[in-house]
Amino acid sequence: MKKRVLALLLAATMVFGLAACGGSDSGTATDNAGDAATTDDAAATDDGADSEDAGATDDAAQTEGDTTASTGEKILSVQVGPNPETIDPALNSAVDGGNMLLHSFECLLAVDQDGKLIPGQAETWETSEDGLTWTFHLRDGLKWSDGTDLTANDFVYSWKRVCDPMVAAPYAETVLGMVAGYEDAITGDLDALQVVAQDDKTLVVTLNAPCSFFGSLAAFATLSPVQQATIDANGDAWATSAETYISNGPFYVSEWVPSSYIMMSKNPNYWNADAIKLDGIKFNLIEDSNAAYSAYQTGEVLFIKDVPTEEIPTLSGNPDFYVDPIIGTYYLSVNCNKEPFNDPAVRKALSLAIDREYVAGTLMQGTYSAASNFMGPGWIDTDGTQFMDNANGGAPYIDTANYEANLAEAKQILADAGYPDGEGLPSITYSTNDAGYHKVVAEYLQQAWGELGVDLNVDIVEWASFTPMRRNGDYDASRNGWVGDYSDPSNMLDLLYSTNGNNDGKFSNADYDAAMELSRTTLDAAERSEALHKAEDILMEETACIPVAYYNDFWLQSDKITGSWHSPYGYWYFMYADIADGAAEDSAEGATEDVAE
Amino acid sequence: MLKYIAKRIGLAVVTIWAVATITFFLMNMVPGGPFLSEKAISPQATAALEAKYGLDKPLLQQYFTYLTDALHGDFGDSLKQRGRTVTSIILMKFPVSARVGGVSVLTALLIGIPLGCIAALKRGKFLDSLISVVATCGIAVPGFVICTVLLYFLGVNLKLLPTMGLNSPKHYVMPVMALSFYPTAYIMRLMRSSMLDVLGQDYMRTAKAKGVSGFMSLFKHALRNAVLPVITYVGPMLAYTVTGSFVVEKIFTIPGLGGEFITAISGRDYTLIMGTTIFLATLIVLMNVAVDIVYKIVDPRIQLK
Repeated sequence: MKKRVLALLLAATMVFGLAACGGSDSGTATDNAGDAATTDDAAATDDGADSEDAGATDDAAQTEGDTTASTGEKILSVQVGPNPETIDPALNSAVDGGNMLLHSFECLLAVDQDGKLIPGQAETWETSEDGLTWTFHLRDGLKWSDGTDLTANDFVYSWKRVCDPMVAAPYAETVLGMVAGYEDAITGDLDALQVVAQDDKTLVVTLNAPCSFFGSLAAFATLSPVQQATIDANGDAWATSAETYISNGPFYVSEWVPSSYIMMSKNPNYWNADAIKLDGIKFNLIEDSNAAYSAYQTGEVLFIKDVPTEEIPTLSGNPDFYVDPIIGTYYLSVNCNKEPFNDPAVRKALSLAIDREYVAGTLMQGTYSAASNFMGPGWIDTDGTQFMDNANGGAPYIDTANYEANLAEAKQILADAGYPDGEGLPSITYSTNDAGYHKVVAEYLQQAWGELGVDLNVDIVEWASFTPMRRNGDYDASRNGWVGDYSDPSNMLDLLYSTNGNNDGKFSNADYDAAMELSRTTLDAAERSEALHKAEDILMEETACIPVAYYNDFWLQSDKITGSWHSPYGYWYFMYADIADGAAEDSAEGATEDVAE
Repeated sequence: MLKYIAKRIGLAVVTIWAVATITFFLMNMVPGGPFLSEKAISPQATAALEAKYGLDKPLLQQYFTYLTDALHGDFGDSLKQRGRTVTSIILMKFPVSARVGGVSVLTALLIGIPLGCIAALKRGKFLDSLISVVATCGIAVPGFVICTVLLYFLGVNLKLLPTMGLNSPKHYVMPVMALSFYPTAYIMRLMRSSMLDVLGQDYMRTAKAKGVSGFMSLFKHALRNAVLPVITYVGPMLAYTVTGSFVVEKIFTIPGLGGEFITAISGRDYTLIMGTTIFLATLIVLMNVAVDIVYKIVDPRIQLK
């Protein structure tokens, strides 16, 4: 009996497989998906039989990215990165998660299109004369996405939570390190943190030392308010499902299918909900850049952040391809503790021997810009102007347009340092992980430093091993990079402070440290600016590290999207965006990004 | 038979324990850790995180704690996907991979077995050559190439099929094609060679001499014997396919388990590495037991001891 059944089964198998025809499939239920998809598969393989199916699929694929016409809702479908590891404001440390937080939460303050601080949940705020007390006055009638009231106490709870060692927020020190009582709070005494709700609408923060950029931190996603009720009820898992993810921003998460998409819907309880034109935003969590590009081409998404680098030569110049700077620098760390890099002259020679225009423009396909300074565009000086414009008396530290002269100077410096034509220099190892343009840059360095007579080996290291290796100083020279968290220059200049955890080159200079310390304590804006510029002067003179290129974001954006913008922190603001109905001219007003040449 | 199965399951537990132990110590030997990022987080935060997840304890203690918890069904929290447990991640993602993988294996069997038979029966003819060429291509061309080609032609150029997600049967077409191409080709070749082997056997000639119709002899005698190597192959292949493919999932944006294997390792998400490894090991061991049982059903001469 058993044999017969099996024989029949095999017979059926053969017949079924041979027939391979496009049977009609009405199965949409997942439990039936097996059979349905098999017939579909067969239909697509068999060129002759698939015409009927094809027509139907075509429509389905087309409408998806746009507004869902059937319901009349305006849903914007975009790709701004892969699946975020976490969307808990306190735990997030990545740009991917940051873009989600930006749309679902709102801090006390916010940053507008021009990078200026504007009121967020707080309507007004003021600083005491000694710069130590910051008072924020919340708006009337603030609500959570579940409709309950949001008060100053919610901020107190949230900020203390960021300090909680059991939460272990990676950005705790960055955003709250200057608040009085922080040192006690991170050891577990949360109530020591000097953040007080005077009443339901007034939040008072006391600092240890004046912090001129505390306003920027008050707009930083880590300090978003989170709702105690949902966290008490659900623990860490509160931020993993739409039902328990209560937020206070222009949108709320209505669905999250990890590694697939995050669906956000307009939050009717948001104070400025009238200004929100979209009914929802679908963040497609596409990881592969080619897959993202395909989805953009088919119209399934109207915006992609991950553009395949091999497509850039054909895309640049297209009106829907954008390149826009973000505050950050691609630089090389050299191990200042090791011979021969303990000699600033050697570091300087290595730096000058790099043709930055070629690296950024050709090797990196114009997606980076040549770096003449350590602090590039986007960093804001104490008087509100571009920090870069005031650096080195307004002149670039390195004349990137004059590579030949730089190289000649490099050879001279090296000779004066006792290494004519590189004689006497040991062979150097350059360590990097393999992503983006890192390998191309490494190969270029072999050739560029070869001009100086330097023998360079390239060591490609797996990412998770690379980071601790670099941090521990087990390298000669290595790739490095930093993208700013906020636009105050101290955010990046601090990297070269002798005891900073990110000082991978172990650069140590008393004058530099003194300048940075002065910048932290002084209340005088001019003095602070001077100290910061002095720090960069020392950094460049001593070649504490080798800046190579400034970061840009590059992306594809359909002209149907209007009213969105890109910030120098690497975020895209879609909250006030709209979808134009095929009208291309509308986009000119709404979009602010510079189109790439 | 039952005794045999009990014995095999006992062995399976030992195998899984060995896999878990080796994985545990190997992953801890690899440099790096779960709480690293380009921007260093403060030493206090790192220490707090390590304390929270018990990573500050000696390795042996961590190992025994893990084993004890695992035996109680607690595979811990993911170290990277904060707020999610390893079990919840596997339970959420495995069904997705299993659906795509299951359909793919079925497709591979439904196409591979008949075509392999045809190739054997038409040995040396044009059809045989054609099938051989296709099979060779299927084995030689890597999955990501197939994915990209499919995506480009069917998705982008012709716009016949959606390029991402798994919302409708249409969404399954390309991932299933990509996933089943290699096993189909492999099964075709296996089937062809073992069929040729069986067709040359004496009992086939006897059957023919006794006047058994060609169709009957093929099904009743040849296919049953020839399919055994395919079963051996399909067992572990099924285990691998239903747990998802990193490449296919990445290219078609499928929220399956395959990606977790890779990202867990590159992110040093220790608990998730352990969870996914144990899960895959268990599946493979179970499949092997299942294969043995199917053997017994297909060929009663086989003695299971």
